[in-house]
Amino acid sequence: MKKSSKLNRFFMALVFLFLYAPIFVLIVFSFNDSKSRTVWQGFTLDWYAELFRDSAITGAIGTTLLVSLAATAIATVAGTLAAVGFYNMKKRVRGPLMTINNIPMTNADIVTGVSLCLLFVAFFGAWSGFAGWFNSLGLFQLPTRLHMGFVTLLIAHLTFDIPYVILSVMPKLRQMDKNLIDAAQDLGCTWMQAFRKVVLPEIMPGIVSGALIAFTMSVDDFVISYFTAGSRTSTLAMEVYGMTKKRISPKINAVSSLLFVTVLTLLVVVNVREAKQQQK
Amino acid sequence: MGNKRAAFAVPYVGWLALFVLAPIVMVVIYAFSSAGGGFTLENFSRMGSYAVVFTRSFKLAVIATVICLLIGYPVAYMISRETARFQRIAMMLVMLPMWMNFLLRTYAWMSILENTGLLNRFFAAIGLFRLINGVFGTDIEYFRMINTQGAVVLGMVYNYLPFMILPIYSVIEKLDVSLVEAARDLGANSVGVFRKVILPLSLPGVLSGVTMVFVPSVSTFAISKLLGGNNELLLGDLIEQQFLGTAYNPYLGSAIALVMMVIVVVCMAVMNRFGEGEEQAVML
Repeated sequence: MKKSSKLNRFFMALVFLFLYAPIFVLIVFSFNDSKSRTVWQGFTLDWYAELFRDSAITGAIGTTLLVSLAATAIATVAGTLAAVGFYNMKKRVRGPLMTINNIPMTNADIVTGVSLCLLFVAFFGAWSGFAGWFNSLGLFQLPTRLHMGFVTLLIAHLTFDIPYVILSVMPKLRQMDKNLIDAAQDLGCTWMQAFRKVVLPEIMPGIVSGALIAFTMSVDDFVISYFTAGSRTSTLAMEVYGMTKKRISPKINAVSSLLFVTVLTLLVVVNVREAKQQQK
Repeated sequence: MGNKRAAFAVPYVGWLALFVLAPIVMVVIYAFSSAGGGFTLENFSRMGSYAVVFTRSFKLAVIATVICLLIGYPVAYMISRETARFQRIAMMLVMLPMWMNFLLRTYAWMSILENTGLLNRFFAAIGLFRLINGVFGTDIEYFRMINTQGAVVLGMVYNYLPFMILPIYSVIEKLDVSLVEAARDLGANSVGVFRKVILPLSLPGVLSGVTMVFVPSVSTFAISKLLGGNNELLLGDLIEQQFLGTAYNPYLGSAIALVMMVIVVVCMAVMNRFGEGEEQAVML
């Protein structure tokens, strides 16, 4: 074992080099004083300045953050409640429901995206018929034409975020000692109080990691957003994808670098804090 | 119903029906409909002409999955043998790229693999092409790397490798050390311990890793477009074209999506027979 350890380290280093070399290239060329993404022409910060002047990109970053944060917040609450509900169900009922719950995770992204797109289009069609009829009654006017946009994007993100929250809360509920709730209620707590003071702290790690996965999935998603955001709303990934058809500006490198540094800082802060807590 | 608290799940069950089941029903309906609205099987009979795309997609996805497994398993295993501190940092490093959108990561590879890209410039700088041209009498100025199937597989491996490492690592890391010790005490050598104890016990992680790499690989369309150019069309590209692209035909697109979904589900079901079909995907 010990003898091969150097070789192991070397192999790991190679894999990490593979994972990080492209990111390193992206970052280096965000400082390149030329439009070229392969020839180094000198140092500049121009792309960062231009990035913040580009309303399409800043708007897309805003949309990405907004939809990811909103989806994470809603999915965390909804997923936790749903998990508590599932936990209290009979196994016979829970089993099939969990299978359906797993569909958005196991299904290919493109199928999820396309199927939601079909659903939204069908709903909009039905809606315009209904609104036309309703407007003819003359009470008040409803908009007859709806479009895919932020709302459909948010619904799509919730559809794939909630299952991850449920999946990470469920095991924590199962590990919990059932008698704890009974004990709390025997001591005079209402069920709600017992939930707040006993259950919630027990399952908190599951909720936090569920929220973290949900946020990661939302930020990383391109395919499902692409099919459900419509033509007017776009996330950062969609903006990048649009650019690949023409010429990609080094502004994208600048975005990537900023993103990378932000995530790295967050991860380091979280990890240092956790490490300190463990030492206590 | 187990008890009253089960009511907490009722809104979500409604949500599942509306936004998970109904869309899939829509896909099935569209797949069997013609543009006029009647029932038809034409969407499926037309699919024969896309057999090449089907085989190419599955071939590339299988290759990418196998490579991910060959790299990911040893890495996950090695990381789990290290100190707790090392493991923590290593896992953070594995996950970190996932927070950058995968399109950005794929775009990075474009500048590396291009004909005038960084790798080819590097090869030229160290005189590799001059050497090859001198030895073989050829006249090459670059290796054609982008817009090949190899580049697409590379893109898949690069993007989805963390999905292989994470579940395998989380299973191996939780493995009971006393089992390994018991096997040792009973006379097994390292190879025996690995083959008879560690490998079988880590199988659920492998299965979930394989799923998490294979499914996005077989259905990708952005990676193939960015790294494969227009000549390495995959199933994902085909579906995308029917919905948002030039060849607008959601009926055919739905049929292709449906067939792909069925094949994937069948593959997964067959594979899961080998392990226990655990209801929880091991991710964290």
